[in-house]
Amino acid sequence: MNKLNFLQPDKNNLNTYLYTGVILVALSIFIVFLNSFFNKDIISFLPGSISFFLPLILGFIGLHLIRIDYSGLKFLDSINKNINTNNFNAFLSLLIVFVVIKSLPPILSWFILDANIAGDSKDVCTGSGACWTYIKIWFNRFMYGMYPNAEQWRINLSFIALAFLGTIGFFATEKFKKYLTLYYVVVYPVIAFFFIFFFISGGPIFFDFSYGIIAAVISIIIGFFIPPKFKMYYFIIVPITLYILLKYVFFYEELIELGKLEALEWVETGAWGGLSLTFIVSFFCLIFCFPIGLFLSLGRRSDFPIIKYFSIGMIEFWRGVPLITVLFMSSVMFPMFLPEDMFIDKLVRVIIAISLFEAAYVAEVIRGGLQALPRGQYDAAKSLGMGYWKMHILVILPQALKLVIPGIANTFLALVKDTPLIFVVGLLEIVGMLNLAKTNPEWLGFAMEGYVFASVLFFIICYAMSKYSYNLEQKYKTER
Amino acid sequence: MNIKKLLPQLLTLLVVILIFGFFSFNAQVNMENRGITFGYGFLSQESSFDVQFSLIEFDGSHSYFRAYLVGLLNTILVSVIGIIFATIIGVVVGIARLSNNYLINRTAGVYVEFFRNIPLLLQIFFWYFAALRALPLPQDTEPMFGVFFLTIKGFFVPAFVWNNLDIFIYSIIAAIITIIFIRIYARKKQENEGIQTPVLSISIGLLIILPLLSFLFGGVDASIEVPVIKQLSQSGFTYEGGIKLPPELISLALALSLYTATFIAECVRAGVQGVSKGQKEAAASIGLTPNQVLKLVVMPQALRIIIPPTTNQYLNLTKNSSLAAAIAYPDLVLVFAGTALMQTGRAIEIVSITMLTYLSLSISISIFMNWYNKKIAIKEK
Repeated sequence: MNKLNFLQPDKNNLNTYLYTGVILVALSIFIVFLNSFFNKDIISFLPGSISFFLPLILGFIGLHLIRIDYSGLKFLDSINKNINTNNFNAFLSLLIVFVVIKSLPPILSWFILDANIAGDSKDVCTGSGACWTYIKIWFNRFMYGMYPNAEQWRINLSFIALAFLGTIGFFATEKFKKYLTLYYVVVYPVIAFFFIFFFISGGPIFFDFSYGIIAAVISIIIGFFIPPKFKMYYFIIVPITLYILLKYVFFYEELIELGKLEALEWVETGAWGGLSLTFIVSFFCLIFCFPIGLFLSLGRRSDFPIIKYFSIGMIEFWRGVPLITVLFMSSVMFPMFLPEDMFIDKLVRVIIAISLFEAAYVAEVIRGGLQALPRGQYDAAKSLGMGYWKMHILVILPQALKLVIPGIANTFLALVKDTPLIFVVGLLEIVGMLNLAKTNPEWLGFAMEGYVFASVLFFIICYAMSKYSYNLEQKYKTER
Repeated sequence: MNIKKLLPQLLTLLVVILIFGFFSFNAQVNMENRGITFGYGFLSQESSFDVQFSLIEFDGSHSYFRAYLVGLLNTILVSVIGIIFATIIGVVVGIARLSNNYLINRTAGVYVEFFRNIPLLLQIFFWYFAALRALPLPQDTEPMFGVFFLTIKGFFVPAFVWNNLDIFIYSIIAAIITIIFIRIYARKKQENEGIQTPVLSISIGLLIILPLLSFLFGGVDASIEVPVIKQLSQSGFTYEGGIKLPPELISLALALSLYTATFIAECVRAGVQGVSKGQKEAAASIGLTPNQVLKLVVMPQALRIIIPPTTNQYLNLTKNSSLAAAIAYPDLVLVFAGTALMQTGRAIEIVSITMLTYLSLSISISIFMNWYNKKIAIKEK
């Protein structure tokens, strides 16, 4: 039997130290556990401050006793290495464990145990926990804003269709892979634009647009039987001819009838809101801000002084002001700059403002990527006889953009998180809707539930985005 | 200069001039129709509105320019408070992210992921409308340490009542100037003779002794005024005396610092990780103690990476403080671009002044940062 030295535990008396230490730690955790989950204080016979600190002291001594280097027990070693390297670390680990145990019961009871979700009025919320009934009743409003209930299928349908069209890239065969960039950069945004402005917004324009759809579909079908030599001209001339023919010669009366029969109700943009508006605004700003930012970043590195200083001015201006003043500008100052009879929709103004604002940040991110490329890449491209645009599209940008994926993803995340600011111009996306619901006299006092709900939603969206960007980054990482 | 180079530039110029011309022409027409003339003369007019919380004296009889100052000072106040707390939290969390203790590391990670992925506006609303509304009424408040009162109406803290405050401030300024000289002297001495001077302890000593002397001989006198509860009406209570920090200020500063701290933490982590391992090993191999390694080798290199992005975050915090408008904290945007604009209807002048204020702030900081980056850049020979 070796001599026991409790100040310096060693391997020789491993079991003694181990059992004493584990019992002490378990005891301390047990005390806190009982106290927090069952509200029983088994050490209440001790004076106040001692009973408060006792678990901490017990656990601390216990952890000290089991801190034995190279004990040979795998589990013990990994504990010592990860949470118990020295006294200070042991203390902090204990503190974290205790705080988690202490805070679990109130959180659980607020979220689940004492919460109410049944019923459809405020009266069912009698418990001390959250009132999820409030979220349930207001769910439609939080998702769609003031959009008429009967018409909400239009939003759902558009979003599902767009989500489906967005995933096409994963199913594309090798033959179509090379067109994917074109599809995502040009075709998809146009489709999305039509969906949102003619389908969600509704109105007679949609039926004008329907001639276009029919013309496009017919011409694509015929297009398969046309020799490739003439395809170029064909796709320019035939759809337009078909469109005109359809609209004014063949189907005119019939389609007008159809239009009258099932006309989509026009919903003004002021009624849009909720999470769907968040998506719409961030989607469009995302589409617009990227090309603008790309051109600004190229402009900033241009050899032409006027373009260069114009780009610098644009970038520094938008980066220098807070978004809220930009939105103020778009709502109170911008109408002064337009002719009196000209009116631009609120939502459009907001989208333009946010796009320009975020474009400046995108530009700076892309500039970082452009600067990080070695000069040799430019020289090599030039020596192959490439012009400015060819060099950038084929050599420079693919490499530069690959480098700045995390930065661009961060900017897009910031964009999504900035969308709630559109409350300044009176558009109510989800946070704005929450504030509106909170002031409803029938549903006073549920601010907390609303904000927690929105926080969880935003957290899921933003966290998924950041994880996705991390995956992209790993996927396109090339060794240099 | 050939035509190929000139054409795109001229086109850009033409488009820009056309757009600006179109805008300013319309603006003139519109202002004529509304019967207002462009000009900044309104700044000296009487403002006739009141501001809830201001650092300088302000009421309706003061000018619009003074309203602008009130807003600007409030913006600066909340930014400075936010920056201080964001730095403290950010550095602590950033270091915790580097800890080899799994629990600490994960806790810090969860904090960062959680707070950076929720919109700042939502956080401000959460603190203001949900969390701070749960605080007790003034009459039910238990004092913290006997003198601080955290109530639904604001945070009441004791105030210092000073005699000869100016002498006290002069003594602190004198101490700071002396410290700067001592630092320069110590650096010279180290470069020439290799002897280190204990600058830190001398500085702390000076910072304590000089203000103390001003108390003993300068006639400086300070007493503490503790807030006392006072009944306004049957059920309305408030505290009198001391300083009142309104809930708007608290929730704004809280949200700003918790949100920005996540970004600062990432900056700190990236900075410390950016110092190559070889540097630490080399420093340890020439016999420096761990503390010396941190102070003389790691920190100087890490700071070079940390400071530029952190300054950017400070700038972001200052710009984000304009979200104050959402919870009616009277900052520059709310007081000037909100109330004053509503009263005068001078959209172009007021929005341009507000934007120029932020713009000049951020441009001056970015110029300073460019200068600083050049100064600290590693000079390769």
